[in-house]
Amino acid sequence: MSDGVQRRFLGMRITPLTERRLRSFRANSRGFWSLWIFLAVFVLSLFAEFIANDRPLLVSYEGELYYPALFTYPETAFGGVFQTEAEYREPEVQELITSKGGWMVWPPLRYSYGTVNLSLNQPAPSAPSAENLLGTDDQARDVLARVIYGFRISVLFGLTLTILSSVVGVAAGAVQGYFGGWTDLLFQRFMEIWSGMPRLFLLIILASMFIPSFWMLLGLLLLFEWMSLVGVVRAEFLRTRNFDYVRAARALGVNNVTIMRRHVLPNAMTAALTMLPFVLIGSITALTSLDFLGFGLPPGSPSLGELLAQGKANLQAPWLGITSFMVLAVMLSLLIFIGEAFRDAFDPRKTQM
Amino acid sequence: MALLEIRNLKKHFPVGGGFLGRGAETVKAVDGVTLSVEDGETLGLVGESGCGKSTLGRCIIRLIEPSDGQIVFDGQDVTALDADDMRVLRRRMQIIFQDPYASLNPRMRVGEIVGEGMQIHKLAKGGELRDRVMQLLARVGLREEHFDRYPHEFSGGQRQRIGVARALAVNAQFIVADEAVSALDVSIQAQILNLLQDLQEEFKLTYFFISHDLRVVEHISDRVAVMYLGKLVEIAPAEAIYANAQHPYTRALLSAAPLPDPSRKTERMVLQGDVPSPINPPSGCSFHPRCPFAEKICSEVEPALVRDGDHSVACHVFGPGATVGRAAETV
Repeated sequence: MSDGVQRRFLGMRITPLTERRLRSFRANSRGFWSLWIFLAVFVLSLFAEFIANDRPLLVSYEGELYYPALFTYPETAFGGVFQTEAEYREPEVQELITSKGGWMVWPPLRYSYGTVNLSLNQPAPSAPSAENLLGTDDQARDVLARVIYGFRISVLFGLTLTILSSVVGVAAGAVQGYFGGWTDLLFQRFMEIWSGMPRLFLLIILASMFIPSFWMLLGLLLLFEWMSLVGVVRAEFLRTRNFDYVRAARALGVNNVTIMRRHVLPNAMTAALTMLPFVLIGSITALTSLDFLGFGLPPGSPSLGELLAQGKANLQAPWLGITSFMVLAVMLSLLIFIGEAFRDAFDPRKTQM
Repeated sequence: MALLEIRNLKKHFPVGGGFLGRGAETVKAVDGVTLSVEDGETLGLVGESGCGKSTLGRCIIRLIEPSDGQIVFDGQDVTALDADDMRVLRRRMQIIFQDPYASLNPRMRVGEIVGEGMQIHKLAKGGELRDRVMQLLARVGLREEHFDRYPHEFSGGQRQRIGVARALAVNAQFIVADEAVSALDVSIQAQILNLLQDLQEEFKLTYFFISHDLRVVEHISDRVAVMYLGKLVEIAPAEAIYANAQHPYTRALLSAAPLPDPSRKTERMVLQGDVPSPINPPSGCSFHPRCPFAEKICSEVEPALVRDGDHSVACHVFGPGATVGRAAETV
């Protein structure tokens, strides 16, 4: 019981209940550390261009500074002959820059996800070496660089899909649960039919008609993914709409939208939030499986599913399969641990009012 | 003119039934109630649980849409109002709920709960809203520092005070108190009842006080209406009900109420059987299967609520409408 003193977390006023949940989440050290590790890796991967890139971060040439990682400079800027962008990995270009007392700051990994290692002394896919720590794939691209970018795109895709599908799912569940009756009945029947659609086949058919971009793939998956949250949110709304404080709000003349947002949604969000990490896992897996089948992101994109498919096609190069498996396994395990800790922290039996 | 007039109000709930509601039976929760509430009075409504008291109360403020009948509040037919007009009217009619734990949103602060009505109806905002909520909290016996607390930090009685403050926040004149003190300890009941009476004097409030507890109703009501299976069986000034009850059901209820005086012996009138199903109420007078005075006519003809002065009774045997039996001796 609070003694009237308001607790704060990250500058926000929090309720004693939230405080208890935070404490409970922290007490689960596996989930707590998983969250920090995942966040650290994710934030690092957001800056992938500064970690793995085939352009230097900084070039000093004739007393002037250039930022090739951010801007495009033609080779002529460094005294070369081509009007096209400088190929910083070429010895000739490096020669041009360093010969006049210039210097370059490279990221730790001199490969981007699409960079082809042209100086391989063995056929691709080549085994791990000092130059390519995790080897190269069948197109002589550095696996480590592709994994870093692939992780980023997987998580970003998963997060975007999760957020969009929760917005749609929560809204749909709220309307069904709050109004009930015919609205609920018709909407539920529609969802039963809709969820019976063979989604993978639909996606494959659509993917064969268009080359799906990131956003288009997101839209296609969203068509089905939104249903995952409807059930819990609808159930919470059905339960809460008959509470006396909802009746009191109705008697005060509060309109339905405000009642849903202010009085019912906060209760329903507890159940929805608990499911979010698992929805995220589902979204990431959905993208990976589509990529694995070759119906996912456009060719050339860094993708864990595509790497997995390469591992399957090149069993003589086990570093492909092992790397993609390990990355997926660790990422999904971390998310599961976070999700479990989340769920336990929100468990009403443990943190009752 | 009466502040509130209810004319032949009915609320039937469909139960069970097949696809698309065909073949459904109905629970006649409220089945033809006619009564009026004068401005500034307290009308007590008593009856067993399941007799339709709460449904009637909720129909009046249109938390439940009545199936049939009219509710006229201050000359306006409430049942015919559209959503916008209804919202305006809601300022004047409010409700206090039974369970002080369920009736306050656990995620809102007391200030937000009490201030919500003012904010919705744009009666005040910002600092003015805060001041008015503070005043209200003080008026219902809470302290200013309670403004920023959550409902779970309060006792049942304090929570009920918050509920009262919420109803008053929009300057309501008519308040439905739905078992407002039933969930509280007896000592706390008295405090809340006294608060309600003080507020009634100060703000000229009209109460529609629903309770199953005859002693509570006696304490607060000017008039008392007794309800059985969705119908009114007797309505009279409070003193008349307690001193001179006519309907056998009212008498049975009164004899079941414990008296604080052990030396006073009352004859207990114990009813036989259970309350009949409201899906299939008995023919004629719905009380006749349990009535010790039932005559042949009682199972055949439904008795009308007959008025004599300010005392109305719906009975064939007793009261002003009596046509058979002991009518002469008792009136």
